[in-house]
Amino acid sequence: MTSTSAVSTLDQVMERWEPVIGLEVHGQLLTRSKMFCGCSADYIGSPPNSNTCPVCLGLPGVLPVMNRVAVEYTVRSALALNCEIPEHSKFDRKNYFYPDLPKGYQISQWDMPLSLNGHLTFTVDGEEVRCGITRVHLEEDTGTLQHAGDILQQARSSVVDLNRAGVPLMEIVGEPDLRTPAQAREYLVRLRQILVYIGVNDGNLEQGSFRCDANISLRKHGDTGLGVKVEVKNMNSFRAVHRALEFEIVRQGRLLDQGQTIAQETRGWVEAKGATISQRSKEYAHDYRYFPEPDLPPLRLSAEFVDRVRAGLPELPQQLAERLQREHGLSAYDAANLTAEREDARAFEALVAAGVPAKAAANWLMGEVARLARETHTPLQGSGLGLEGLASLVKLVEAGSINGSTAKELLEELYLAGGDPAAVVRERGLGQVSDQAELERLVDAVIAENPAAVADFQGGKEQALQRLVGGVMKATSGRADARVVTGLLRERLAR
Amino acid sequence: MTLARDQVTHVAMLARLGLSDEEVERYRQQLDAILSHVDRLQQVDTSQVGETAQVGGLVNAWREDVRSECLPVEKALANAPKRRRDHFEVGAIQE
Ligand SMILES: [Zn+2]
Repeated sequence: MTSTSAVSTLDQVMERWEPVIGLEVHGQLLTRSKMFCGCSADYIGSPPNSNTCPVCLGLPGVLPVMNRVAVEYTVRSALALNCEIPEHSKFDRKNYFYPDLPKGYQISQWDMPLSLNGHLTFTVDGEEVRCGITRVHLEEDTGTLQHAGDILQQARSSVVDLNRAGVPLMEIVGEPDLRTPAQAREYLVRLRQILVYIGVNDGNLEQGSFRCDANISLRKHGDTGLGVKVEVKNMNSFRAVHRALEFEIVRQGRLLDQGQTIAQETRGWVEAKGATISQRSKEYAHDYRYFPEPDLPPLRLSAEFVDRVRAGLPELPQQLAERLQREHGLSAYDAANLTAEREDARAFEALVAAGVPAKAAANWLMGEVARLARETHTPLQGSGLGLEGLASLVKLVEAGSINGSTAKELLEELYLAGGDPAAVVRERGLGQVSDQAELERLVDAVIAENPAAVADFQGGKEQALQRLVGGVMKATSGRADARVVTGLLRERLAR
Repeated sequence: MTLARDQVTHVAMLARLGLSDEEVERYRQQLDAILSHVDRLQQVDTSQVGETAQVGGLVNAWREDVRSECLPVEKALANAPKRRRDHFEVGAIQE
């Protein structure tokens, strides 16, 4: 209870208190149709209320029928997260009133979810973290609410679009095993990466197809019990999750240091304020009166079903990164970078298969290609140059036909426009000057024209050599191999 | 069994029903009678019966992931108590 506790920094709070963080992630499944009806699940960009039918509008007398692919995608995700798949599971009704929930209940899973007891392991600051996965279950998304009027507090009404209502939604409940905002962020990055890799989710945090709520409490270091937890919502980027958790740690730590108690509540992250704000409106209804959904017969997933889904799992990011290290001698850093997006890893393997050395393929993809992809908003696979073009360009460099800077210029020029790099090099005479006699003649000329630099170099000034190399590069319009030129100069001047 | 008044008011709150004191008492008695009637099921010996939420015997009643036609927007909104253009309109929701 120091007098400075009200202004304690994050580090000071973390010295006194240990954060206990658990994350709940909701991911929309990439099915064509909704969870319980045949309406299109592709709600973004559809006119309001155009993707609806009596089932997802919650009209009386309709019968929901579950989407087999949604079940399969959930099982696929659960297996990728090392979960068990019980033979028996079922759906339940979660009852509450909210205008985006047309039926007055959400079909979800309560006591018999599709999967249980998984885990995700990853590394943060060199430390291995293992976060338990309590369960992965399947439910349906709600509609979307918009607030009419410019100023929320003055809005007299809200409007509802039910295109999203009934879209298959998978909930991944994590154990409170995370201890820092950085761990929470890495958990989310890894989780998102896996779901995108296995093709069940598009991982879009801004649009909310992948969203996260956090539970966070503080306790004394060494304690094993749990403090009063606060639920944090409305975080729509990894950075927002990180910042919101840091904010909560400081907020709760200062209150505890002053001897106050933490209110168990839901708080929303407000990006513009950089703060979490209490959401009293969400407090009332934690009495959901779950009961079994009478309209949906239970699920019974045989071992064969589960085995078939398991067999269809693609290589997961971690396995892929380990294989790239093993098979191509990449560093852990390069392998992690290349496998962040599955398309990059595919491009890498295609380049290597086309005869590009692994290290060169990795460097080009993570360097110039990544930069151009970012700047042009066009991935390599969708660019004019494409994988084949890049392979042929990198092979020209590796063969010594063109030098690195020519290659970079060509890449920049052909990335969007496309074209055969080898043909362009031939047409424009960009080929590297590799004729030994020609190079020797140029080197001799530069030596003759620069007696001062020569004297400096021979007097022991190493840097003077660069002036001479520069002279030769200029004479060849940059088409000489700087390493070869440097070698020739040393040879000549040593005589 | 005897249903307490605050159980009735709690259920009324969850159902968004504003009940007068007199109504709370009336519904308490009615609900109590219904629950007592259903309570008779407790007399059946179920020690040898497995727990289940369904007796239909069906499992995995699923469909393939195929799109079907949706309702025209006009039909979807036909029963809306209030609408604003192509949206349902509701009282202001402040999150
Ligand atoms: Zn529908």
